[in-house]
Amino acid sequence: MDLFITPFSSNSFMLQALVAGALVSVSCAVAGTFIVLRGLAFIGDALAHGVLPGIAVAILVGFPGMIGAAIGAVFMIGGITLITQRSRLSSDTAIGLLFIGMLSLGVAIVSRSSSFSGDLTRILFGEILGISMTAILIQLVATVVIAATATVCSRPFMLLSFDPEQAQVAGFSVRLYHNIMLLMIAATVVVSFQTVGTLLVFGMLIAPAGAGALLARRIQIMMAWAILFGVLSTYIGLLISYHFDLAAGAAITLVTVVIFFVVFIIKNLRTGHAGQLEGVAHG
Amino acid sequence: MDSQREATGPLVSETGAFVPSNDGTPCVLANRLDIGFPNDLVVSGISFELKQGEAVALIGTNGSGKSTLLKTIVGLLPPKGGRVSVFGMPPGHNARRIAYLGQFHASGFVLPLRAVDVVRMGRFPLRGLLGRMSHQDESIVMSAMHTMGIEGLAEYPLRSLSGGQQQRTYLAQVLAHQADLLVMDEPTAGLDAGGRELFLHAMNDELCRGASIIMATHDIQEEAALCQQVMLLARRVVAIGAPQEVLTPASLLETFGIVITGEKRVHVLECKHGHEGSEPFISGGRKM
Ligand SMILES: Nc1ncnc2c1ncn2[C@@H]1O[C@H](COP(=O)(O)OP(=O)(O)OP(=O)(O)O)[C@@H](O)[C@H]1O
Ligand SMILES: [Mg+2]
Repeated sequence: MDLFITPFSSNSFMLQALVAGALVSVSCAVAGTFIVLRGLAFIGDALAHGVLPGIAVAILVGFPGMIGAAIGAVFMIGGITLITQRSRLSSDTAIGLLFIGMLSLGVAIVSRSSSFSGDLTRILFGEILGISMTAILIQLVATVVIAATATVCSRPFMLLSFDPEQAQVAGFSVRLYHNIMLLMIAATVVVSFQTVGTLLVFGMLIAPAGAGALLARRIQIMMAWAILFGVLSTYIGLLISYHFDLAAGAAITLVTVVIFFVVFIIKNLRTGHAGQLEGVAHG
Repeated sequence: MDSQREATGPLVSETGAFVPSNDGTPCVLANRLDIGFPNDLVVSGISFELKQGEAVALIGTNGSGKSTLLKTIVGLLPPKGGRVSVFGMPPGHNARRIAYLGQFHASGFVLPLRAVDVVRMGRFPLRGLLGRMSHQDESIVMSAMHTMGIEGLAEYPLRSLSGGQQQRTYLAQVLAHQADLLVMDEPTAGLDAGGRELFLHAMNDELCRGASIIMATHDIQEEAALCQQVMLLARRVVAIGAPQEVLTPASLLETFGIVITGEKRVHVLECKHGHEGSEPFISGGRKM
C-alpha cells in the first residue's frame, strides 16, 4: 500500500502532479476522441509542435509560455486552414513542412536563450513535478470549457466524424464546427504543454483515445475509456517515475502507449478467434 | 447555433411527424440550371419541376451527372448558372425538410457507432444542436429500422455490418428524418432482393405521406417506374418526362449507347389509403 499511496500523500508536488495530470488526461481524452474519429492525428501533431516558436519567444521576452503557445496555435490553425482550402492533394506534405518549419524555428529561437537545453527540455517534455497552483487552476477551467464544448457540439461532431456532407445537409455548418474542433484541440495543447510538454501531449491525445476506439461501440463510451486510460497512465507513470527516478512526463506517456498496444494486441487476439462467430450471429 | 428554423417551415403535428406545407410551392424548381465542379461544367440547361408528393428518377451512365445534380440540390455544390430553388429558397437553407443519402459513405467503418446511433442521426436536423430526443423520436427511429428490416441489428456496431446491412441502416436514417424531400443517390446499391422490396414499399409510403423524392438509380424497371418523372442524363439532359414516354428504346440508346430489349415489367405500388402515421410498419413488408 505504501508503495502506491504514500508518494502522493507525503509529497505535495506528487499530489499536484497527479491532479494536473488527471486534468490533462480528461481534456486530452475529449479532444483526442475527435482527433482519432476524424483522422486528424496529423493536424493534431502539427498543432502540438507548431506552438513551439510561440512558447520560445514568450520565454525569451519573459511572457507566460501559455500566451505564446496560444499565439502559435492560432498561427498554426490559420496556416492549416489555408493549406487545406487551397489544395487537397498535397495538404499533408504542406502541413508536415509547416510543422517542421515551426519546430526548427522554435528550437532556433530557444537556442538564443542562456539556459538553452533546460528550456527546451521543459517545453518538449513538460515539468509535471513543478506545476504551480495557478497552472492547475487554468487547466481546470480549460478542462471544463473543453468538456462543455464537446457536450454542446456532440451532434455536429458526431455527424462530422460520420460524414461531413451529411453534417452540412443536416444544417450543421462543416466549416464552423470543424473550426470549433480545431480550436478545442489547440486549447488542449496550449494548456497541457506545461504539464506534459509539446512532444508528449500528442501521445496523451492519441493513445488513450485510440485504445478507447478499439474497445467501444459508442462515442461516449470511447471517451470514457480514454479518460480512464489517461488518468490511470498518469497515476502509474508518476509512481514509476517516483520509485525508479525517471522523467515523469515521459513515464506517463510511455504508459499510455503501452496501454494502447496491450489493448490492441488483446483485441486482435480476441477478434482473430471470435470474428467468424460474430459474423454468424449477425446473419 | 440552431439548425435553420425558417418561418415558412412546415408545421409539426402532435406525433412529431412533418405535415408538408401544401402551398403550391414546388419542392424543387430548376430553370436552365448548370451544374458542375469549379473547372468542369457537367450538365447545362436543366429545367424541371418536382411537385409535392411526386418522385423523379435520374438515370444515366457512370459519370453522366446524377450525383452532381443531387449535390447541387442539397447545397453541397453551388450552381454554375441558371436558377434552382428548393421549397422556394436557394439550396442549403432547408435542412429540417431535406434528407440526403450520398452515394459513398466515407468514414463509417472506423467509427464506434451502433446501427441505431446512425439512424438516430436522421432526427438531428429536426432537433438541432441541443433539442431533446423525445420518446416519439426514439419510436420513429425504431420503426424506420423495422421498415428496413434491421431492427435486430440495432445494437450492432456499424463496422461489423455487411455492405447491404449498412445501406439499409443509411436508408433507415433517411426514413427516420420524415423529411418533405428525400434526395437519394443510388439508394438500393448493395441491397438484396428483400431489401429492394422493403425500399420500394418504404418509398411508396413516403410518397403517400406527401413527401417528394429525387433519386439517382440504375434500376429502370422498378425504381424508375415508381416515379412520376424520369430524367435521362448523359452529361446533358437527353429526355425528361413520364417513364412510359421517356424510357423508349431510342432515348435509352442515346443515354447508354446500348439497349437490351426484353419484357418490360412495370411494378406498380398503390397507395394504401387510410394509411396514417399511427401505423408505422408496412403490413406484408418482408422481413429479413
Ligand atoms: N469531385 C469532383 N471534381 C471534379 N469533377 C468531378 C468530381 N466528381 C465528379 N466529377 C465529374 O463530374 C462528372 C459527373 O459525375 P457524377 O458523380 O455526377 O456522375 P454520376 O452520374 O453520379 O455517375 P455514377 O453512376 O458513377 O455515380 C464526371 O464526369 C466526373 O468527371
Ligand atoms: Mg453518382
